[in-house]
Amino acid sequence: MNERESLDRRLKAARDRQGLDKVPDAKGALPSTWGVGLRAGVEVVSALVVGVGLGLVLDRWLGTWPWLFLVFFVLGAAAGVLNVYRLFTPRSGARKD
Amino acid sequence: MAEEGKAIDALGQFELGTVFGPVGASVGFTQSNLYMLISGCLIVALMVLGMRQRAMVPGRMQSLAESAYGFIDDMLLAQVGSEGRRFFPFVFTLFMFILFGNMLGLFPYAFTYTSHISMTFVMALTVFVLITVVAISLHGTKFFGYFFPEGAPIWLAPIIIPVEIVSYLSRPISLSIRLFANMVAGHVMLKVFASFVVMLGALGTIGPFIAIMPLAINVALIGFEVLVAFLQAYVFAILTCIYLHDAVHLH
Repeated sequence: MNERESLDRRLKAARDRQGLDKVPDAKGALPSTWGVGLRAGVEVVSALVVGVGLGLVLDRWLGTWPWLFLVFFVLGAAAGVLNVYRLFTPRSGARKD
Repeated sequence: MAEEGKAIDALGQFELGTVFGPVGASVGFTQSNLYMLISGCLIVALMVLGMRQRAMVPGRMQSLAESAYGFIDDMLLAQVGSEGRRFFPFVFTLFMFILFGNMLGLFPYAFTYTSHISMTFVMALTVFVLITVVAISLHGTKFFGYFFPEGAPIWLAPIIIPVEIVSYLSRPISLSIRLFANMVAGHVMLKVFASFVVMLGALGTIGPFIAIMPLAINVALIGFEVLVAFLQAYVFAILTCIYLHDAVHLH
């Protein structure tokens, strides 16, 4: 056990000297900004797609063009904002469950 | 193809065609199906051959198989909790299938099946149906309370409920568009810069020297695409886990 601890310690010291342990967070910075931006965009677009799609289908079914389309367009936009809001709020644990 | 006309044919690589001659044509077996089959075989080979020895100190293949297994297992445990273990086969299959599809697509002449929206949408729809069925079977009618947060004033219900329903329905769309758009964008960029290399290379004596620039960009892009290929498989898997968490715990 003692030998293993000393090995771990020396390994840690060697890794620190070479700067090996700092690699992960330096690399994580590049894609995350791009990734978050792209994800937010995709969330808004997909909610709008669902809203507009639902509106068009319901309009065709009920013959109420263009009213339900307009309503669901706004609902889709609101859902998109909600999706983006959820993206940036820390999830689980923080809530009551 | 690009060097013939002036136009850059960036989207031709996504065209489906049949393989295996008249046999493939008669059953509509496309190169997309072929690569799905190849990646399926590779995954099975990795897991079966890799784990055949069951050595205490794993070799290369075994440690690859073990780390893939451990990666998804940790993700499920962290995101869903111990109840998430029973969804392991589903998430693992999904992750490996997308990862191998993305990675195989980076090889020259290979076809990326994850670059078709129909393919990614069917996978996202499977996830969507699964989370809905799991939520309803675990919670019954309480599942519909998911669309109206507790404590919100009741007169807001006509606004909140449709918005929550649209938000819920947008999950498979955003899941599929994200994967598909990333794969298509990456391959289009690679193709465009590769076309620049060919076009500039044909520009007399000076051409090959200028052509080094787009070539260098392409080298960097390939590295970036390997990252994106892994990242998108990871994002698909982790979002599946998050949705499963919502389905198992309802918020």
